[in-house]
Amino acid sequence: MNILLILVPIALLLGLVGLAAFLWTVRTRQYEDLDGAAWRILADDDTLPGDR
Amino acid sequence: MSCCGTAFTLPADPSDVAVPVDARTEELRHAGRQAPDGTVTYLLSVPGIRCGACLSTIETGLNPLPGIVSVRVNLTLRRVTVVTRSTDVSPAVITSALDALGYPGTPVDLGDLETLGVRRESTRLLTALAIAGFGAANIMLLSVSVWSGADAATRDLFHLVSALIAVPTVAFAGQPFFRSAVSALRVGRLNMDVPISLAVLLALAMSLYESLNGGAEAYFDAAVTLIFFLLVGRFLDQRMRERARSAVVAISRLAARGATVLADGETRYVPLDEVQPGMVLRVAAGERMPVDAMVLTGRSELDRSLVTGESAPFAVAPGARVEAGTLNMSGSLEVEALTSADDSFLAEIVRMMEAAETGRGRYVRVADRMARIYAPAVHLLAAATFLLWLIATGGDFYQALYAAIAVLIVTCPCALGLAVPVVHVIGAARLFEAGILMKDGTGLERLAEIDTVLFDKTGTLTTGTPHVAASNMPAAGRNVARALAGRSNHPASLAIRHYLGSGSLAELDDIREWPGCGIAAIWQGRRVRLGRPDWVAKIAGQAETATEGVSFAIEGKSLANFALGESLRTGAHEALEALRSDGLNTELLSGDGEMAVRRVAGDLGIEHAAAGQSPAAKIDRIRTLQAGGAHVLMVGDGLNDAPSLAAANVSMAPASACDAGRLAADFVFTRDTLGSVPFAHGIALRAKRLVRQNFGLAIAYNCIAVPLAMAGLVTPLVAAIAMSASSIVVVANSLRLSGGGFDGKAGTSAQPVVESRSPGFEPAAEATA
Repeated sequence: MNILLILVPIALLLGLVGLAAFLWTVRTRQYEDLDGAAWRILADDDTLPGDR
Repeated sequence: MSCCGTAFTLPADPSDVAVPVDARTEELRHAGRQAPDGTVTYLLSVPGIRCGACLSTIETGLNPLPGIVSVRVNLTLRRVTVVTRSTDVSPAVITSALDALGYPGTPVDLGDLETLGVRRESTRLLTALAIAGFGAANIMLLSVSVWSGADAATRDLFHLVSALIAVPTVAFAGQPFFRSAVSALRVGRLNMDVPISLAVLLALAMSLYESLNGGAEAYFDAAVTLIFFLLVGRFLDQRMRERARSAVVAISRLAARGATVLADGETRYVPLDEVQPGMVLRVAAGERMPVDAMVLTGRSELDRSLVTGESAPFAVAPGARVEAGTLNMSGSLEVEALTSADDSFLAEIVRMMEAAETGRGRYVRVADRMARIYAPAVHLLAAATFLLWLIATGGDFYQALYAAIAVLIVTCPCALGLAVPVVHVIGAARLFEAGILMKDGTGLERLAEIDTVLFDKTGTLTTGTPHVAASNMPAAGRNVARALAGRSNHPASLAIRHYLGSGSLAELDDIREWPGCGIAAIWQGRRVRLGRPDWVAKIAGQAETATEGVSFAIEGKSLANFALGESLRTGAHEALEALRSDGLNTELLSGDGEMAVRRVAGDLGIEHAAAGQSPAAKIDRIRTLQAGGAHVLMVGDGLNDAPSLAAANVSMAPASACDAGRLAADFVFTRDTLGSVPFAHGIALRAKRLVRQNFGLAIAYNCIAVPLAMAGLVTPLVAAIAMSASSIVVVANSLRLSGGGFDGKAGTSAQPVVESRSPGFEPAAEATA
């Protein structure tokens, strides 16, 4: 059962990475416009916000 | 309407009229927020945004405009964020470009701190939700291993790892519940969060004790999963409110900021709060009355739609009393202030609204009503379990406590916590699709209770702007009439311009606007007039042929008449029919005159119609109905309706309503059709039924789970399955609300109600609203 001593921390670490990634997306406001994001991916122009 | 004093000067070039220099530009200027680098950010609420095509139309349409740094459309919130290079770029360009694209927008005040606060709240909830989700998933993995046979040292290790995850998770993600529970207990009340907090904390403490002593059963997963499920409900609720509020955020600038005082032959500008009764003020055309006042010199027409809700201009002469907030439309007036700003009509309205709103504060949410019964019941059950086990086992303190905590965990209102918010969120989404914004979930609860609907007339049942219902205008003079009407911003002129359509314009000289009469000019050496029939008849070759409406004549030629009418809002007939077939009483309360009210009431089949109602009289009517046990829905739009919108049990306003009206209303509908009212009522009724079913399901679940827990038969595995299953059943049941459609385009075009029709009039070719 010693394998658990490696597997459990790995599982937790991976979970934490996922959590950190999610919190980053929240902080960078990626959930402000979910409907719009779904449409934007279909548009051909590659302008970024702020581009002129 | 304008508060910047430029609207009623005669434009030198007719094309100037096309860009309205009105309050919207001023509002936008105030709404913009300047960044340190000089760029200005404007936020516009654009309800017309529907899909990805709208998104790219607006972004590609606005981006090439001069001075624009960036344009970003938010499809979810139906907002456009525009950043301009500096304050020199006129925001009017943005709004007129949006109008030209077919997406009219209203500015949102970025300085509104409340919206920023709300955003932080939902972000915090989302973070808490993410952490609770992480904790719940990992603890569940470990718990499943324990349930499937891990024992001895492995089990203890897993329990300890679970504890390490659970304690910080609960400490962070449980805060919204703990805070709410503490604040409820502080004022000596029980809410749903009290049993939740108690169960979570007790379960955590007991599980910690168990795992440190090598016990077999720990409830870490139950505690964290509970928080996770409840946060889902909380987050959805918060997000719904944020979404609705974002579209309703208003800028209230109905009051003048200051006044021009005439003293010792000099004019001096003073701030509003320094205006004293007795001062002589000058109010130019296009300005609002700063305080209640009496006219000393000058003649003009006032837009009193704030006070009466009536759109027709009201002529005033020396000696007339005028209310604060009314708009001076055509001539400059000298008035004597009768009140200070604190005692004015406008201040009175604001006070009435505040007073009316405190009455509504007594409404108790369905969920809170349940909690008042539920929380004590759960605590009594847990206490009874504890005592019974203590007696049955002959004083085994540990065993009794264990059973009591199991009761608390198992009864924990997972399903109850989700029963209401999920239904409200789905209801709000359905309403949002139909262009109806809901500010608060309780609005839906209150809407389901109503039995009486009160309507305002102008702006609610009718569109509020006049249109030409009929005219006998010959083709010959049209270019003259068109040019003349184009030189005035009077609502009647706008209507006539619209009616005559585009075409050639005649060359006019010496154009003058006569306050209270109309507009006059010289055309090819002959006088031409457009305005009041008797005034126009003086130059015409015949006596006046109409008493109402507007006439036009070229000197010595025959008169042409324009009959003005109000358009019924789209779908008004169908909406009232639907409300009546739902068994609701309908009434009409209007500040307008007897004739106009009776015409609209008769047309729509409303039996009880009251004309000439002041704001106080409207509130009185609502109070009378409420005293008789009725639950009242108020539908209105004007400032004069705002107090009654606040006083009624629940209220709706069209998006065209004044700021105060939109703020006071629970629902704001952005589509023109009045069909929004029965649709919202239908959704509210279905939501109410579903909430009841959900409570029924949750209670049925408890009827099974509680006896098991009291008998000491609930293991952590059973608790986890029971809680998840009940939550899923409740959510699945709530989802049924998302079926069924809204025929938002019901009814064709607006139907005109002709105000005056003389024989020989040809029906209007275009009766547009």
